[in-house]
Amino acid sequence: MSTDTGWINAALAAARPQAVGALLRYFRDLDLAEEAFQEAAMRALSAWPKNGPPRDTAAWLIMVGRNAGIDQTRVRARHVALPDDDTPLSDLSDKEAEMVGRLDEADYRDDVLRLLFICCHPDLPATQQIALALRIVSGLSVKQIARAFLVGDSAMEQRITRAKARIASNPVPFEAPGAADRPERLGPVAAMVYLVFNEGYSASADEQPARAPLCEEAIRLGRLLLRLFPAEPEMMGLLALMLLQHARRPARFAPDGSVVLLEDQDRTLWHRPAINEGLALLDKAVRHRRTGPYQIQAAIAALHARAATAADTDWAQIDLLYGGLEALSPSPVITLNRAVAVSKARGAAAALAMVEPLGDRLSGYFHFHGLRGGLLKQLGRNAEARDAFGRAIALAHSPAEAAHIRQILDGLQGP
Amino acid sequence: MLYAILCYNEEDYVGAWTPEEDAIVMDRLGKVQQGWAASGKLGPVARLMPTTAAATLRKGKEEPLILDGPFAETKEQLLGFYIVDCEGLEEALDKARELAKANPGKGSYEIRPVALFMPGGPLSP
Repeated sequence: MSTDTGWINAALAAARPQAVGALLRYFRDLDLAEEAFQEAAMRALSAWPKNGPPRDTAAWLIMVGRNAGIDQTRVRARHVALPDDDTPLSDLSDKEAEMVGRLDEADYRDDVLRLLFICCHPDLPATQQIALALRIVSGLSVKQIARAFLVGDSAMEQRITRAKARIASNPVPFEAPGAADRPERLGPVAAMVYLVFNEGYSASADEQPARAPLCEEAIRLGRLLLRLFPAEPEMMGLLALMLLQHARRPARFAPDGSVVLLEDQDRTLWHRPAINEGLALLDKAVRHRRTGPYQIQAAIAALHARAATAADTDWAQIDLLYGGLEALSPSPVITLNRAVAVSKARGAAAALAMVEPLGDRLSGYFHFHGLRGGLLKQLGRNAEARDAFGRAIALAHSPAEAAHIRQILDGLQGP
Repeated sequence: MLYAILCYNEEDYVGAWTPEEDAIVMDRLGKVQQGWAASGKLGPVARLMPTTAAATLRKGKEEPLILDGPFAETKEQLLGFYIVDCEGLEEALDKARELAKANPGKGSYEIRPVALFMPGGPLSP
């Protein structure tokens, strides 16, 4: 690591989900579990440089955190006087740590899953779920999260406090989930991880430095989930999808900050190791022959990744995959995406026929008018195209989006 | 004599490095490797993908069992390894099946994609 204590921060971040998860099981109180971990981390910062890292960092943190938390509850209850703060922590023998480690091995999966599951509590809106997960599971500071969400520190502090209050008023059962409950919990957890990813991925060029770490954090959580559920093809699909999308990051923006569309990106800039890992995961997932939305989306991303140039893209296969996605989870936005593939594979007329019926539901959607305008333009119906592009500009989310459409509009000749 | 140096660490820990921190470590290791390479002491170097990308083939049955994830038994020891160039997982599994046929009985093969590979120079053992 670059600094002497850098490795400690990485070790604390790595052990955090397991340690906070176990402390939550002991204390059944999110704040207390967090405080206990914080205390253990503080003590690690002073003890580890002297004594070297414990063999099992998570077990050490759980043990020390549990003792600190118990002290804390005693203080709160005013039963016992403050304990001596100089309790020597280096006395925590390897033997004890090993025991804690063994005890927790059996609970590890449920502890981490519970911790993640609490963050995607159904009472919480998506933005609060993400903020809470980043705070509790990933251990990002309120300041870091506020920066990623482009809000002030105090606003973010409030958001997290409110989220915790909501959870406290309608707590998730703390018992270990039964075998049948696990997949039920896994679905929302995976969705929340993908939300964290998209929060980073959808950022504009100037927001990228602050928000791209969210993508990396989501990938880290994806790996964690897959390690907990190594035979779950949808978890392989989710991780593959995030890796394949994140691999394009170096090519997604022009130096002036404008968006570079997939077909115009310099593919030599794509991050090859991430693509290879995504493809390897997809290979594993396919063997299970249990398809799902993440796997299909990852397969689509993989076809883009495998195409050396935009012209080499296998659009017919992408069309088929979107068809599969539509069948699994019908949505007008998926149909709209499919229409892009159809326009490449079967022509603009076929794509337009697919897009027109979506007008009722997508009339307020930027991309609907943008794609419709593009298809009309290809068919030489320039007046209608101009009208569609005009609507798209009015609905653009960012100046960059509007500028992109205006550029196409300027290129439109004649009636 | 040729030696293999096998690298062990917690992947959660290494995975918690930022891309910048990871690059610093790889750069420092690269400098060490350059020194060895210059004196003709360095063979192939590989960095493996995370264990989440691994599959394991367990021998012992007519049709070996394929499991998701890394090799996890502690009773067996690492005895050797191959680097093979394959289209994808299926071809790599076929290669492992071939090995299993040639050397049936107990044991497993973990199939782990390689993230970074440097072939290294010629060695004179």
